[in-house]
Amino acid sequence: MATIDGPDFGERENYLNAGHGLKSWLLTVDHKRIALLYLISITFFFFIGGFFALLIRLELLTPAGELVQSDTYNKLFTMHGQVMVFFFLIPAVPAVLGNFLIPLMIGAKDLAFPRINLLSWYLYIIGGTLMVYTILNGGVDTGWTFYTPLSTEFVNTNVISAIIGIFFAGFSSILTGLNFIVTTHRMRAPGMTWSRLPLFVWAHYATSIIQVLGTPVVAITLVLVALERLFHLGVFNPALGGDPLLFQHLFWFYSHPAVYIMILPGMGIVSEIVCCFSRKRIFGYKAMTLAVVGIAVIGFLVWAHHMFVAGISVYAALIFSLLSYFVAVPSAIKVFNWTATMYKGSITYQTPMLYAFGFVGLFTIGGLTGLFLACLGVDVHVHDTYFIIAHFHYIMVGGMVMAYLGGMHFWWPKISGRMYPEGWGKLAALIVFVGFNLTFFPQFILGYMGMPRRYHSYPPEFQILNVLSTAGATILAVGYLLPMVYFVWSMRYGKPAPANPWNAAGLEWQTPSPPPTFNFDEEPVVTWEAYNYDEIGEIPEKEKEEVPVVH
Amino acid sequence: MFGHFPLWPDSASTNAGNVDALYIFLLLVSGIMIAMIFSVLMVFAVRFRKRKGQRAEQIEGSHHLEVTWSIIPFCVMMVFYIWGAVIFFHERTPPQDATEVYTVAKQWMWKFEHKGGQREINELHVPVGRDVKMIMTSQDVIHSFFVPAFRIKQDVLPGRYTTLWFHATKPGTYHLFCSQYCGTQHSGMIGWITVMEPRDYEAWMSGAGSQPLAVTGEKLFSDLGCITCHRSDTQGRGPDLAGVFGKPVLLEDGRTVTADENYIRESILEPGAKIVKGFKPVMPTFQGQVSDDQLNALVEYVKSLAGPRSGQPAATNGVAGASPQI
Repeated sequence: MATIDGPDFGERENYLNAGHGLKSWLLTVDHKRIALLYLISITFFFFIGGFFALLIRLELLTPAGELVQSDTYNKLFTMHGQVMVFFFLIPAVPAVLGNFLIPLMIGAKDLAFPRINLLSWYLYIIGGTLMVYTILNGGVDTGWTFYTPLSTEFVNTNVISAIIGIFFAGFSSILTGLNFIVTTHRMRAPGMTWSRLPLFVWAHYATSIIQVLGTPVVAITLVLVALERLFHLGVFNPALGGDPLLFQHLFWFYSHPAVYIMILPGMGIVSEIVCCFSRKRIFGYKAMTLAVVGIAVIGFLVWAHHMFVAGISVYAALIFSLLSYFVAVPSAIKVFNWTATMYKGSITYQTPMLYAFGFVGLFTIGGLTGLFLACLGVDVHVHDTYFIIAHFHYIMVGGMVMAYLGGMHFWWPKISGRMYPEGWGKLAALIVFVGFNLTFFPQFILGYMGMPRRYHSYPPEFQILNVLSTAGATILAVGYLLPMVYFVWSMRYGKPAPANPWNAAGLEWQTPSPPPTFNFDEEPVVTWEAYNYDEIGEIPEKEKEEVPVVH
Repeated sequence: MFGHFPLWPDSASTNAGNVDALYIFLLLVSGIMIAMIFSVLMVFAVRFRKRKGQRAEQIEGSHHLEVTWSIIPFCVMMVFYIWGAVIFFHERTPPQDATEVYTVAKQWMWKFEHKGGQREINELHVPVGRDVKMIMTSQDVIHSFFVPAFRIKQDVLPGRYTTLWFHATKPGTYHLFCSQYCGTQHSGMIGWITVMEPRDYEAWMSGAGSQPLAVTGEKLFSDLGCITCHRSDTQGRGPDLAGVFGKPVLLEDGRTVTADENYIRESILEPGAKIVKGFKPVMPTFQGQVSDDQLNALVEYVKSLAGPRSGQPAATNGVAGASPQI
């Protein structure tokens, strides 16, 4: 990091040069350093999960199962799901950007429990190591959903080690959530009232509630799967007197809210970006905060919409379908309010804003197709087909990963003290957008035509759409590799970043880039609303960017 | 539909038309929503791009607008909800006089048994223009019975029956997929539904002739010794089963349950679960002693006993369906 022309060398101490050597990183209690540890770890798992996805798409180029054996294919989609959901999507925004930014945004020195923060990273690493062990030891082929009794009695793969790995990752997630809740309550700087909190913090607060309340349920459920597998406990397997639908209820009681763990932080990022690059305050701050909390609460009451064809009662299905529509209302409010925020703005199109545009568009498509799935009559047909695959990838990848990349570009100057190359950034955003749509849009059509998910081989009439999808996936892979490359490049060769390159609102921009270990030299006092762009004005002209404000 | 590049599934049941109509409506409405949001985004993106000497105009928000764009989508969604619920309710309510087919799913095949005793594997022949009800169970893990051309799907569970019905409208052969991941050969657990003209169907049924399922059940009923206790003279240690199917049964603990397929199945495998009022829990379990196929035959036999005394159309059909002539 330290180069002669660097902004962080010899001039002032920051969190990056505050300590040297591996030990200073592995035993750090600085939330910013822990965020970087998470960044490296989740990036590792993102590329593992992505590699599995690429193999899946290659296999599906042709109708016959030619590239890998059926068992291998089943392991690929299982581990793609488990790695992406539990080791990338759930921790990505909270554990990296949330960890880095929440104390900065509320004017605190660190999270409330810095050591627990480090502990949660170690729990994640233990879980991740078990997942890597699972993969190297031959994998697991239950599907990421672990449906019983397949997972408890019928497969002969590494179910136990995968479960223990996810169990640890779950506890890491619970501790992160707990830390954020306490931090948001107790550590806000003077004047940083709840109604002045950035929406990014609100989104993480809502997410943390889900993490703390939901994750223990899936942890215990997976333990029960392990116990049934080891000792034939008879909880889920009907041959032993259990109930397989009980597993699905318990699993989705967490795993549906988990969808909101993944998307709410992304919504927080988009709110920050849209305001900054429109130079506007958010349209309807109060509605936006109510919407994230509303999504978190109602999100707990819709789980059985994953089970409309599973054999639940008709009346239960009718109620869960209705509740699923209720959760769509706050999501719609968010989309409309982001759009309205741009009205009469002064919009510029840096890379983060391109990702925010991508997010709003793809999240809208993902959300609207969610209405198809909440609709009982249509869900019966498209359930467990590629329609669902397309829908949740529009939310998870089109929504959440777009937001994550947007956030990474937006705060990269703060994190690294360097600017990323803007031209390459815009190009990558465009490639991701095109590649994503080409990959997943054909899958909506495939789904309505009836192609079931998790199929190693498929009837030939589905081939052309599958070829399009695979072509898109290769483009998408390029789009994901590019930022990885230029972010690393910029750490050495990027232009030094000023404290506030976007002239953005928010306390995190009022401290140098990269920030000192304890974030602020003096405890800030907040006397303004969030997104006070009327006082801040425009983004500085290009020439000014060259001069770091720090000096 | 589009030669070698189809974009729309075959449509071969009454339900398919219903689902397609709703799906097209959803496509239209969400297409309009997307067009509106995207064009507003594009217009804003161009019109409000940064210009020299011009500053953003701050707007706090508008409760009126927010309420408007909450209530209008909500009302539209309630139309989706009600329409979808009506179709679903219809899909989940099998007509009383449907032709019944017993289905046993296992890793990785579909086994069907018609009332006439005709058995099929991974292939099911059904008549066009008649209601067909599938009574399904699994021998191992959860499977799912999915016929895209009929727009229907139902998970098939071990340890209980789930049902599904359809009314085919077009002769032809259609994909049958297992749509719930069930292990190694999940994608190989596929079959064909052959929809036939009634005349061809009857010819096929008599050609594949076999002992009616209820008769198989009756033989099992005596071979397994059920008959010694479940006697029709009310002197037995177990309740008389004639006319029971489809009727409410008063239990020892005061509850009342309807004697459906799942109840009969449970009473054979777990006799202690629901004791009929006035009887003692003396029946031994038959768990592990009867296969799913035999269970189906026994259930079918008990259903056929409902016959003349019950007056229920479903039960009447149960007897008629048992004869290969139909």
